[in-house]
Amino acid sequence: MLTANRLRDGDVLYRKGDGWVLFLADGDVYPDQASADAALAAANAELVRNEFVAPYLFEVRDAGGKIVPVKEREIVRAAGPTVHRHTGKQAGQVHA
Amino acid sequence: MTRLIKSGAYAQDVYARAADDAPLPEGPVLVSLARFQKERDALLARNTPVGIKLQASENPEALGADVNHFALIALEFPKFRDGRAFSWARMLRTRLGYTGEIRAIGDFLYDQVNYQHRVGFDAWEVPDHFTIEMFNRALTEMTNVYQPSTDGRTTIRQLRAKR
Amino acid sequence: MLNTLIQPPQPNMYRYDEFDAQFVSDRVNQFAGQVARRLSGELTEDQFKPLRLMNGLYLQLHAYMLRIAVPYGTLSSKQMRKLAHLARTYDKGFGHFTTRTNLQFHWIRLVDVPAMLRELADVEMHCIQTSGNCVRNVTADQFAGATDEEIEDPRPLAEIIRQWSSLHPEFVFLARKFKIAVGATEKDRAALQWHDMAVQVVKNAEGRVGYLVMAGGGMGRTPYVAHVMNEFVEREDILAYLEAVLRVYNQDSRRDNIHKQRIKILINTIGPEEMRRRVAREFEELKRMGTLQLPKEELDRITAYFKAPDFETGLSDDMPDAGPDFANWVKTNIHKHKAPGYAIATITLKTPGQVPGDCSAAQMDAIADLMDQYSLGEVRVSHEQNLILPHVRKKDLPAIYAKLKELDFASPNAGLITDIIACPGLDYCDLANARSIPIAQKIAKRFENLDRQHQIGELKIKISGCINACGHHHAGHIGILGVDKKGVEFYQLLLGGSGAEDSSIGTIMGPGFGEHEIADAVERVINVYLAERKAGERFLDTYRRIGMEKFKAAAYQEAAAA
Repeated sequence: MLTANRLRDGDVLYRKGDGWVLFLADGDVYPDQASADAALAAANAELVRNEFVAPYLFEVRDAGGKIVPVKEREIVRAAGPTVHRHTGKQAGQVHA
Repeated sequence: MTRLIKSGAYAQDVYARAADDAPLPEGPVLVSLARFQKERDALLARNTPVGIKLQASENPEALGADVNHFALIALEFPKFRDGRAFSWARMLRTRLGYTGEIRAIGDFLYDQVNYQHRVGFDAWEVPDHFTIEMFNRALTEMTNVYQPSTDGRTTIRQLRAKR
Repeated sequence: MLNTLIQPPQPNMYRYDEFDAQFVSDRVNQFAGQVARRLSGELTEDQFKPLRLMNGLYLQLHAYMLRIAVPYGTLSSKQMRKLAHLARTYDKGFGHFTTRTNLQFHWIRLVDVPAMLRELADVEMHCIQTSGNCVRNVTADQFAGATDEEIEDPRPLAEIIRQWSSLHPEFVFLARKFKIAVGATEKDRAALQWHDMAVQVVKNAEGRVGYLVMAGGGMGRTPYVAHVMNEFVEREDILAYLEAVLRVYNQDSRRDNIHKQRIKILINTIGPEEMRRRVAREFEELKRMGTLQLPKEELDRITAYFKAPDFETGLSDDMPDAGPDFANWVKTNIHKHKAPGYAIATITLKTPGQVPGDCSAAQMDAIADLMDQYSLGEVRVSHEQNLILPHVRKKDLPAIYAKLKELDFASPNAGLITDIIACPGLDYCDLANARSIPIAQKIAKRFENLDRQHQIGELKIKISGCINACGHHHAGHIGILGVDKKGVEFYQLLLGGSGAEDSSIGTIMGPGFGEHEIADAVERVINVYLAERKAGERFLDTYRRIGMEKFKAAAYQEAAAA
């Protein structure tokens, strides 16, 4: 999948189609390296819009029908801090 | 493309840049330290101004007693994060007593111009879109300064003493 | 909440004059301009990043993080209340005190930062140079001005250094960060030897007060303890000397490999002798130039801001008797004050199970009330992520303790095993490899029995979520470093580090432990200490005497058996 941070508030974004969504579950999963690379290239070309920063690809896996990141970092990034479960996307919070 | 700012206005850059292995053009010429070290006598024998371009890693003390032969010393910022030239400019003005033009070239930000000005730069090679209005604004964003520097600007400590 | 019509006591600390206020105000406007230029695209992210870092603004895992400077760890109640207000208004109702005595907010929006900076400027606070490749926040002993151990209060010099280093035109694009600390006691509570540069107030053989300057300490990938640069710099020469060190660093540091660009690398590459020689050359020149000389009148003028408060006299110096829980708290959290009848009270933000160093807005407001009522309006932040009420009357301690219990900040554990230092780690930080806070919570809960904590005695555990070492793991008696092994969190143990006057670098034990093994491994290590120690030995002392072998064998033995 492809992720970035929104420039104005730093909120975590996930690529969907030509745009971005706030929750990992709603984002696009790229089935192969080629489509993933193409998505990253498209995002990099859009940096000049000054809407988001630092796009990058990360791996996910299918965990019994649910898409979850492979790395702990991306799990935390998608959900929010494990030590403050009442904050972040895990609690449905997003920045305006 | 770039433009030259000197004394708060756009100025004509009369210096031709000469690559290390290119023949020297007529008139004022800007050469690298390496070239100067190789062709010192010939360069100093010219009756047109010679400028020297120093890379960020090149300490101006390498110019030795020749330093005030140069009408221009251009200090390069290879990347705006590399702040060595701030110290080199200051060294030129203080320890080496250099009175000629110190020009900032390369990759630097609008936000660095004020600091450059404070440590002894007096000319800037800027991108085309960099206006004089921007230049003047850069110098006035901070009303007061805490540290003494080569610009001799009154410091906050001095202002306090004057009260 | 105190009646806010009553003027809170004004602590004796530095006060902005019109020049300081203008400076901070100009800086806020400048940054607001930079934010606008970033949002419009006139500045790229690459260009904007160093500019926002020099205003304390990071882009982290979930949002932006703003780091607010708390110079030499000193806050007034007015400032504390402002931090509470900012936490409520712009964040999620809490803040985090750091190992450089600053305060961080973790849920900040870029577009809100100019407004936050304006609010901070209203109470003489800022975020200038709390990050970036420049001189950072100047820190000092959290007991400064209150302890009888010091030659003098180190904070006036820290304030002078703060001003001298603020937007110093030559040094805002250094090769890397540059951290300065100031001390004035033999017991080092500010980890001087771990700083890029540190100044210790000393007396020479004639009894004259001057400054010992050291440089080249640092954590991170390659930890080093500082070398002495000059044993005795005269008072009036100190700024010239510090500038000389910075100039040599700015000129001679590498710029080609970000992992080799701290001053510790330069000094250990060319050798301390050669470094001293280069610095001496610059120093002699600066002294002759004279523009950086620090006149006695100026030092006295700044010192006057920090003069000792008018302490009450005739107070009893007896510690009140207020029950066993209170007595336990006094045992660890109270330090001797220079004025009879007074005490220095440490509020550990380390109740087992809490996030180390975190403080909610409500807790901040309550502490501001305590500051006003009991501590002459003042609090200190320590690099161990605790708060200190520097000037409390002993007779007020029971009331303070009772209030702290309400706040859940009454843990009697200062300096004990549950007084853990931890960086925010992978729960918040973009740089992290592993989470550090849950490990701190786990270990603290495991050892929370107070008898057991006292049985173990002084033990400083420090946890970092990555090699950047913001948790100071190299200086932990037990250090824990989070690492990433194929996306899974592992934790390396280090033993034998110290951040005090006996500074030493912790030794890595071996391969890392999993998240569910690390607390067990720590427990086995402590059991070795308890079995091997001689009378009077702290964990650190026993480790230094017997070495790593037995600890290592115990730590891995059970892990292998599991």
